[in-house]
Amino acid sequence: MKKIMLTNHAVALGAYEAGVRVVSSYPGTPSTEITEQLAKYKDIHTEWAPNEKVALEVAIGASVAGARAMSCMKHVGLNVAADPLFTCAYTGVNAGLVIAVADDPGMHSSQNEQDSRYYAMSAHVPMLEPADSQQAKDFTMLAFELSEKYDTPILLRLTTRIAHSQGYVEIGEREETALKEYKKDSKKYVMTPAGARPRHIEVEKREDLLQQDSNHFEINTVEYRNKKLGIVCGGSVYHYVKEATDASILKLGMVYPLPIEKIKRFSKNVDELIVVEELEPFIETQLKAAGIKCRGKELFGRQGELSVALIRNKLGLGSLIESDKLLPARPPVMCAGCPHRGVFYVLSKLKLTVTGDIGCYTLGAAPPLSALDTCICMGASVGMAHGFDLARRENNVVGVIGDSTFVHSGITGVINSVYNKGKSTIIILDNSTTGMTGHQNNPATGKTIYGEETFRLDLEALVRACGVKHVKVVDAYDLKQIEDALREEINKPEVSVIIARRPCVLLPQIKQSTPYYINDKCKKCKMCLKIGCPGIEYIDGDIRINRELCTGCGVCQALCKFGAIVKEDK
Amino acid sequence: MNTNILIVGVGGQGTLLASRILGSLAHMLDKECKLSEVHGMSQRGGSVVTHVRVGDKVLSPLVSEGETDFILAFEKLEALRWRHYLKKDGILIVNNQEIMPMPVITGEMKYPQDIFDILEKEGIRYEKINALDLAKQAGTTKAVNTVMLGVLAKLLGIDYDKIQKAVENTVKEKFIEVNKKALDLGYNN
Repeated sequence: MKKIMLTNHAVALGAYEAGVRVVSSYPGTPSTEITEQLAKYKDIHTEWAPNEKVALEVAIGASVAGARAMSCMKHVGLNVAADPLFTCAYTGVNAGLVIAVADDPGMHSSQNEQDSRYYAMSAHVPMLEPADSQQAKDFTMLAFELSEKYDTPILLRLTTRIAHSQGYVEIGEREETALKEYKKDSKKYVMTPAGARPRHIEVEKREDLLQQDSNHFEINTVEYRNKKLGIVCGGSVYHYVKEATDASILKLGMVYPLPIEKIKRFSKNVDELIVVEELEPFIETQLKAAGIKCRGKELFGRQGELSVALIRNKLGLGSLIESDKLLPARPPVMCAGCPHRGVFYVLSKLKLTVTGDIGCYTLGAAPPLSALDTCICMGASVGMAHGFDLARRENNVVGVIGDSTFVHSGITGVINSVYNKGKSTIIILDNSTTGMTGHQNNPATGKTIYGEETFRLDLEALVRACGVKHVKVVDAYDLKQIEDALREEINKPEVSVIIARRPCVLLPQIKQSTPYYINDKCKKCKMCLKIGCPGIEYIDGDIRINRELCTGCGVCQALCKFGAIVKEDK
Repeated sequence: MNTNILIVGVGGQGTLLASRILGSLAHMLDKECKLSEVHGMSQRGGSVVTHVRVGDKVLSPLVSEGETDFILAFEKLEALRWRHYLKKDGILIVNNQEIMPMPVITGEMKYPQDIFDILEKEGIRYEKINALDLAKQAGTTKAVNTVMLGVLAKLLGIDYDKIQKAVENTVKEKFIEVNKKALDLGYNN
């Protein structure tokens, strides 16, 4: 039976059918739906870990213990998990271990455009890259097989266009894999210098073997069409190339290590060889190092996504059609009723320097709030606030971080600030969920991935245990409370934490309040427009509240000096 | 031959669900089909686009600029924004609804007032639909997407039973009735 499904769901199906038993991940667009889908299958333990490093370590533990295991993350998540990755590449596995990593060319929902293929090369682990939903399922199953056959963790690379596209997938049966025997083997699994030296030799042998074998892998395919041009590509780009040209194609199912001999033979059978790849010249550089003449990045840049039209254009087969650049842009915004809005309004009003973090609240950087000074990576708000303070000593730096992000990477930053006698102020925007990736539970929500009750991490007690003496909890809708707390804490000579608490307004359990409207007392002072709520519109000199969008949060009412913003009668 | 459809709108308007209903329809008709969606940051009230390609042999999941048969625009400004994707004799189906983007809300830019004049001037074939009114009539403003799908299904010559079945297959059970009403209002408008 076949079904149209999201590629991320196809990866989950592949893992399920391959008999995966333990899955541990941290959400991150565009990888999140793999783990969410896996949680729907019985016979698997699936969990959200606090971050990708922990997630991968859980998966490594399960694999060494004899269970097929998986960990899924976005490209920047693999940075967090890089530490265990580089050394589990030495130990190898017991049962199959697959790490799904989703890159985001074009940065639809990310802070950078890094190319995770280099992780495969530098950690010396193989990497598969499917080109559509069916392949995503097949390659996931193959990845478990190869992982066990070659005794290696294996990376499955997706990109946004693959992860979030849908196509037909054949549905099969789960193959129950027995728990493998676990034997204590300190030479294989204890990576002290003495243990790791002989393992490093094994890593090199394994990579050489994989490199040779890759020339015969069925997933690296050659399609001879017009032999004037040969194109080497993989992933989503394969379908673009096939649609854009009649060139011959060598499609890489395994993007590391490369089947160099196969590519050499292919290059001899075509007049010219071009590598078409998104982001970095990962394949091109290796081909050139192997003495294979080719072009690539001189035609296709390193930024953004490729497309059929772009490939045609760069190969001289067609022109590009430009979009209308004069229209008002429609950037993403914090939703009407978002509990983050009031906090950013106050931060902006007090003209504080704000180190930001990763989540919906990064949108606080956008006009009219324009409240953020920085955004680097998960948890950076806390360390950067301390660093800013050390450099300038101006008592005006606030780090802003969400609850899930705080648990992911903010805690160690707070420990550091307290330990090193810092005095920065941190606001934890506790909206009781992982918002940006679509409402996943986390340790601070007190629910597991299955929605089951579990221990709820107490953020107040946690930061107190880190040594923070000044901990305040405020209502994120109450501008006065937020402002009073900030004015008080910012000048204290020690680290303070303010927890601004209000659940995300989109959570299903949140009952929205009666909408507001603007009455004839409005003096058009535009004060209410300063909070950038999509529910307040300014059209032809008239300010009005869109009742379809208004959730009745009341943040705008607190700003109106004329009492012009009032609740509708029920 | 493939049919290329672009569904454009504002995050939260249900473009994803609309594309998934079309996917279900393609499966029913035993056609090759690929969909491409956007999640995450792009959803938060921003401009969103989903691609739907149906036919005998679909390669890229993305529709190319200038090659789209139908653009289903859930909002007027978005219709204008994506119109360069339309092929020469393609049809732009526009919901006659305005949702103000942030640069307009803050007074930095004006919402274009002459959208249909621009389309006329450029010789673009369009269908103007008051989908928000029809959705309200069906029972919820959230059903703009199904109203629009109804219009598209009619233009594509799809049997009403089939598109209705696709809605039933895709929509959550408690929302089926209201969506069927919305579909009917779009299809038989």
